[in-house]
Amino acid sequence: MKTVFKKLFTFVITVLLVTLFVFIAFELIPGDAATARLGINATPEALSVLREELGLTRPFFVRYFSWLFSFFFGDMGTSYSYGVSVRSMLASKLPITLTLTLMSFVMVVVLSIPIGVITSKYEDRPASKIIDVIGQLTMSIPPFFLGIIVTYVFGMILHLFVPGGFVSYNVNFGKFLGYLVFPSFAIALPKAAMSTKLLKTSILSERKLDYVRTAYSRGNSTTDVMYKHVLKNAIIPVITFLGMTLADIVAGSLVIEQVFSIPGYGRLLITSISNRDYAVVQAIIAIIAMLVIIINLIVDILYQVLDPRLRGN
Amino acid sequence: MMKKLGFRFRKNPELYIGAAITGIMALIMVAGVLFSPYDPDAMDASSRFADPSFAHILGCDNFGRDLFARLSLGGATTLFIAVCTVLIGVTFGTIIGALTGYYGGAVDEILMRFNDAVLAFPSILLALVFISVFGSGTWKVIISLGIVFVPSFARIVRSEFMRCKNLDYVRSARLMGAKDIRIMFVHILPNTVPVVLSSAVIGFNNAVLAEAGMSFLGIGVQPPASSLGRMLSDAQAFLFSEPSYAIITGASIAIIVLGFSLLGDGLKKNA
Amino acid sequence: MMIMKRLMALVCAAMIPAVVLTACSGDKTDSSSSIVVGIPQDLEDSLDPHEAVAAGTKEILFNIYEGLLKPDENGELVPAVAESYSVSEDGMTYSFNLRDDVKFHDGKNVTAEDVKYSIEKSAGKLGGNSLIGAFDNINEVSVRNNDTVDITLNEPDIDFPAYIANLNASIIPKDNAKPAENPIGTGPYKYVSRSPQENIILKKFDGYWGTPANIENITLKIIPNADSIVMNLNGGAVDMFARLTSAQTQQLNSNFNILEGEMNLVQAVYLNHSVKPFDNVDVCRALSYAVDVDNILELTSDKKGFPVGSSMFPAFKKYYVDLSDSYPTDKEKAKELLAKAGYQDGFTFSITVPSNYQPHVEAAQVVSQQLKDIGVNAEIKLVEWNTWLSDVYAGRQYEATLIGVDASSLTATAMLDRFVSGADNNFTNYSNAEYDALYEKLYSTPTDAGRTEIYKELQKNLAVNAANIYIQDMAEFVALSDKYEGYVFYPLYVQDFAKIKLKTQ
Repeated sequence: MKTVFKKLFTFVITVLLVTLFVFIAFELIPGDAATARLGINATPEALSVLREELGLTRPFFVRYFSWLFSFFFGDMGTSYSYGVSVRSMLASKLPITLTLTLMSFVMVVVLSIPIGVITSKYEDRPASKIIDVIGQLTMSIPPFFLGIIVTYVFGMILHLFVPGGFVSYNVNFGKFLGYLVFPSFAIALPKAAMSTKLLKTSILSERKLDYVRTAYSRGNSTTDVMYKHVLKNAIIPVITFLGMTLADIVAGSLVIEQVFSIPGYGRLLITSISNRDYAVVQAIIAIIAMLVIIINLIVDILYQVLDPRLRGN
Repeated sequence: MMKKLGFRFRKNPELYIGAAITGIMALIMVAGVLFSPYDPDAMDASSRFADPSFAHILGCDNFGRDLFARLSLGGATTLFIAVCTVLIGVTFGTIIGALTGYYGGAVDEILMRFNDAVLAFPSILLALVFISVFGSGTWKVIISLGIVFVPSFARIVRSEFMRCKNLDYVRSARLMGAKDIRIMFVHILPNTVPVVLSSAVIGFNNAVLAEAGMSFLGIGVQPPASSLGRMLSDAQAFLFSEPSYAIITGASIAIIVLGFSLLGDGLKKNA
Repeated sequence: MMIMKRLMALVCAAMIPAVVLTACSGDKTDSSSSIVVGIPQDLEDSLDPHEAVAAGTKEILFNIYEGLLKPDENGELVPAVAESYSVSEDGMTYSFNLRDDVKFHDGKNVTAEDVKYSIEKSAGKLGGNSLIGAFDNINEVSVRNNDTVDITLNEPDIDFPAYIANLNASIIPKDNAKPAENPIGTGPYKYVSRSPQENIILKKFDGYWGTPANIENITLKIIPNADSIVMNLNGGAVDMFARLTSAQTQQLNSNFNILEGEMNLVQAVYLNHSVKPFDNVDVCRALSYAVDVDNILELTSDKKGFPVGSSMFPAFKKYYVDLSDSYPTDKEKAKELLAKAGYQDGFTFSITVPSNYQPHVEAAQVVSQQLKDIGVNAEIKLVEWNTWLSDVYAGRQYEATLIGVDASSLTATAMLDRFVSGADNNFTNYSNAEYDALYEKLYSTPTDAGRTEIYKELQKNLAVNAANIYIQDMAEFVALSDKYEGYVFYPLYVQDFAKIKLKTQ
């Protein structure tokens, strides 16, 4: 019970911190929702009228705490640019972002863990080297470019999907999933390569440790040592990485969303920053922060499960 | 002598291949910057998208600028930014990760909450904040990217420290009365090197790519100065009509990143 | 290696259903009359015509809303919700006779009360702002009878009909409480639904009073990424995209017809005249002599584009004077002028450019390179769009900026009023007594011919004083799938979907 409270407390602190950062950021950068809305029709009077209307003239802390207060009670406010409630807008986009994230994450795990284990086991085989090189290459290509290559190969040459033919989940769920396979793949590929590499490094360094040698010398089989001892320890930094990757995908699939014309959170976030639509930005960031924290929590728990030495703490 | 080198090579080919790639790329860039007969900014309407030839060994870009001269200069800028960024990230990330991982408790909690907050904070917004507070330019890119990189290194180092601090040899060092600082930096830190190095390599890659993203937003390197990221995003506008521009630029990034990661792997093996 | 094979098989198996699924999605629902039009940004400012600001929003809303009058493709004002109008002798009262058969999208008839409400709302008389500055001049809007609305002005304004035709003066129903969320107009297309950052769906309005639209359903698909546009067009997901660059059109496949028009804006390096050394006319002239517009066109747009020499674009035929030869490229003369101004060693200044407008970023690079020849070091400063709006446009904290300026209404003043000393929208801080005097004369010139003459003089004033380094009215390219035809260009920032139709085989 105590730990639950503690975690809940840290949870609240982080959300407070990050939303406060966002507010401060919006204070520091030039332009506000009024300049965004009026564009080149802005006159000093028009700006001040609109600022008054949008409540931008209130002091910084008043604005922050009034936002925080409503947010606490589940009211995310109204978008300046769309004039609709932020909650309904985010709710309608959630399935898109969630599907994209989970799909890519599953691809990362499904690709990287087996490949990492196998290539480290057969470290010196040519096939293993080739996989290394391919992984290295996918990591070296900028995500944007990779997205274009995936579009080009699967969309323009193989005609497996229509570039830009995104269909929303509420129109046709099957087509929606089908379309998202390719962007998910483009997101997953470099991350899978990184995670494979990390796992391999970790396994190889773990194998050199004394206890592994002892295990071998006791006559345990290679597979046995591998799965009972090595993998269990070697996977710890990989889990940290995967946790970060998951958070990263939520926040950072933006580039791929652009290339594949997917209207998810990433794109909404970018446009809202540019429009200084801070109700939307705050809500998205708060959600991402919560996800990051929850993921980290899961990672911490996994540590405890996987590494008994940590259980004492 | 040759035999010995051959043996070494077979033992750690990554190190040598990586060093060779990095060295050759660096040499080409230096040569390009110092000896290219072309001003990297000079435009020439008659040689727009000129094909590779003796006059322009890699051809020309959309402004008729010599691609080789620009790639050399851009590559040098990119390398500089990436190296500095990763250095900042690794240095501060290691310090924070070591302290939080080793001591745990309140310090750990506070710094990790901070970490989470930074991780969740969109880097684009951070970039905008930086540009409005400090202005734009190469150093600002380095600082803001560096800050973005600290939390991920900190997390990795932290988990390594948490893992290592309970290992037998660390315990025995503690029993023998070694000071915390000594334990952290003499006993534990070397153990984290492989993982940190491989994440640094990943970080290096990310820095090259993130710089491209920032250039696009306007906070990065300002034109006409070039960086590989900036050039790639320029080249994409002509992807289907002049694919060689994008391919050459993209390949340069890939080769540099490849060279560095092989080098990183090799160094790790030697460690 | 066995495990590896099995793994690969697993991965492949996982992808097969997806491939099958997407294979079906290949054939787009090709109802006989629908079109997917790509647009580069969502309509984020407002769907309420009285609050829409962005040119990209207004050009789409043009299909949903109409004013009492509206512009046609020749740049003439034609009656829309009003059937005709008349002006009183003193030029103070405009009487608009409404059409009988105009219906709103919700089926209700347009009444004189709706018109009164719309004009008053648009003029800011019901609270909030007016986006049409000239509407401050409206004294009263009154309903004379069911078919006639009178608008009385404080002082005569011959351009008033042009402002009435502005999208920001569109007629909307009085009883619609939330015009931004539930847009109802009288245009040939009605709003169906939207999904932020994804699409906006329009449907042909069957009760339209005028020539009905041809295509039944329009999906406006938001594609902000310039590199995806080409792939989306080539892949067949999008049938039409306007305002492409020549580089983009060159990458399209043969399924598209490329139509070429003009953007109807003035691209220039706008100089802040309250900053040294741009307060010195010789410096401004020197820069104009140093910049080679033909070279810019050659390097950035395959020579497509229309060089201009003042703040007016060619489509405004009636007012436009060709001043593009005012400063033929002459680097020697430029250096002389610089020396005369005391800058024989050149100087350094910055050109601020919004980073999301690639054509401007490219032009700025060429300008910067050209200025090097006369020893002037122009540094490029890329900023995000809202930073530009706030720092450069509203704050006027800049030295020079490269941007395109367009006309919000179909009047010459829309291009020229921003150079009057002290004007709200005078972001270049241009201050020229002669210009102000000429502009003042407009108010006392009742005849159209007389005013046209003054407009020409104003343009010449800007050219002679090298108010800005004028570059061009950029070429605009529209890609339209060869299944369709009938796209028309307007001399304003407008997309008219109603005229597009399926090609008859």
